[in-house]
Amino acid sequence: MIKKTVANVEEALEGVEDNMTLMLGGFGLCGIPENSIAELVKRNVQNLTCISNNAGVDDFGLGLLLKQKQIKKMIASYVGENAEFERQMLSGEMEVELTPQGTLAAKCQAAQQGYPAIYTPAGYGTEVALNKETRMFDGKMYVMEHAYKADFAFIKAWKGDEAGNLIFNGTARNFNPIMCGAAKITVVEVEELVKPGKLDPNQIHIPGIFVQRIFQGKDYEKRIEQLTVREA
Amino acid sequence: MLDKNGIAQRIAKEVKDGYYVNLGIGIPTLVANYVRDDIQVEFQSENGILGMGPFPIKGEEDPDLINAGKQTITALPGASFFDSAMSFGMIRGQHVDLTILGAMEVAQNGDIASWKIPGKLVKGMGGAMDLVGSAKNIIVAMTHMNKYGDSKLLKRCNLPLTGVQCVKTIVTDMAVLKVTEEGFKLMERAPGVSVEEIKKATEGTLIVEGDIPEMKL
Repeated sequence: MIKKTVANVEEALEGVEDNMTLMLGGFGLCGIPENSIAELVKRNVQNLTCISNNAGVDDFGLGLLLKQKQIKKMIASYVGENAEFERQMLSGEMEVELTPQGTLAAKCQAAQQGYPAIYTPAGYGTEVALNKETRMFDGKMYVMEHAYKADFAFIKAWKGDEAGNLIFNGTARNFNPIMCGAAKITVVEVEELVKPGKLDPNQIHIPGIFVQRIFQGKDYEKRIEQLTVREA
Repeated sequence: MLDKNGIAQRIAKEVKDGYYVNLGIGIPTLVANYVRDDIQVEFQSENGILGMGPFPIKGEEDPDLINAGKQTITALPGASFFDSAMSFGMIRGQHVDLTILGAMEVAQNGDIASWKIPGKLVKGMGGAMDLVGSAKNIIVAMTHMNKYGDSKLLKRCNLPLTGVQCVKTIVTDMAVLKVTEEGFKLMERAPGVSVEEIKKATEGTLIVEGDIPEMKL
């Protein structure tokens, strides 16, 4: 076994510097790497390019980095939940690259799996495809999209072992598995870190080969963005 | 004229036994409330669940279990979870049978605009471009006119496009229409709405053949 554990979040974020490109898992506030985001805020690294499906809310998730103006460029599919984000986007302080959600996922997975680019029908004939190579396959038009290149990927998993094997929970899975191994260094925080052998190899969602650092996370808030319930 | 629930109720009749269905945010979400309970249907939410159930009972909500609108939901027996790449693989690979989504404009060639008003705040396209770029069958749920009284069924879209030549069916508060090579073909009228009124509310070419039946809800 190759051990991937680090002692804490400080050690996990060793080497994160200004001007880097970061991938961050999560959909809305579901399955976001809360501990790593808090540490990025603490380190106050600047001029970051962040690849994440959403940009958090004003006082949580990536919104915390926005508040400190740490993000130079945001690559996301939907950013509608954050007033400070809107302000920085409209004032031109921050660059925003809106990308179709499935394309965003495919560009992460391509980076993970060694494809330089993929073809997708999403966005063909729209402004998303401007200045991009297009090509016809079997009579249908596709847009070529390049794999992302990132320095760090910050991942949140439910359970993980010391070898970096991961299991996700519910819809907190989302972009997390496909960002593993899609950056030079993949940092994973887990709700429960266990000894090797404690996880059933049949149930592993992401093998440890895609992970460089794993640590036991703490104090999870797991905020709910839209609480919708029915009466019993 | 139909209200939002009426539009959803009419669209629910297009959901057939054995269908996997992706519902967009807004009116499409309401469709789930009207699907017959004697057929087998699974709802997909693109953030990574098949077999999505109703909202949880108060107190049983789980922050790790949401839909693409970020609402807390439940998983029905037989449900599955998966990552975003696999989710859009289901969509791009045309394994999802029906996509129901909202729109700001639809053109008579099937173009759809639904994500951006230039000069106004842009929130992003989310999964809409992937859905309209690949779906086998797309039904648009929307009002026939916008709040200024302008038609949303046009010769050509004015707003930035979400996808090209992809919409098959439109259900509005006034009518059911099919996209054909000649234009919007009027299939059904909403209760109490005349063909004349629909003509007046449709900027694109409207094809009216024979008697147009009133919708049955």
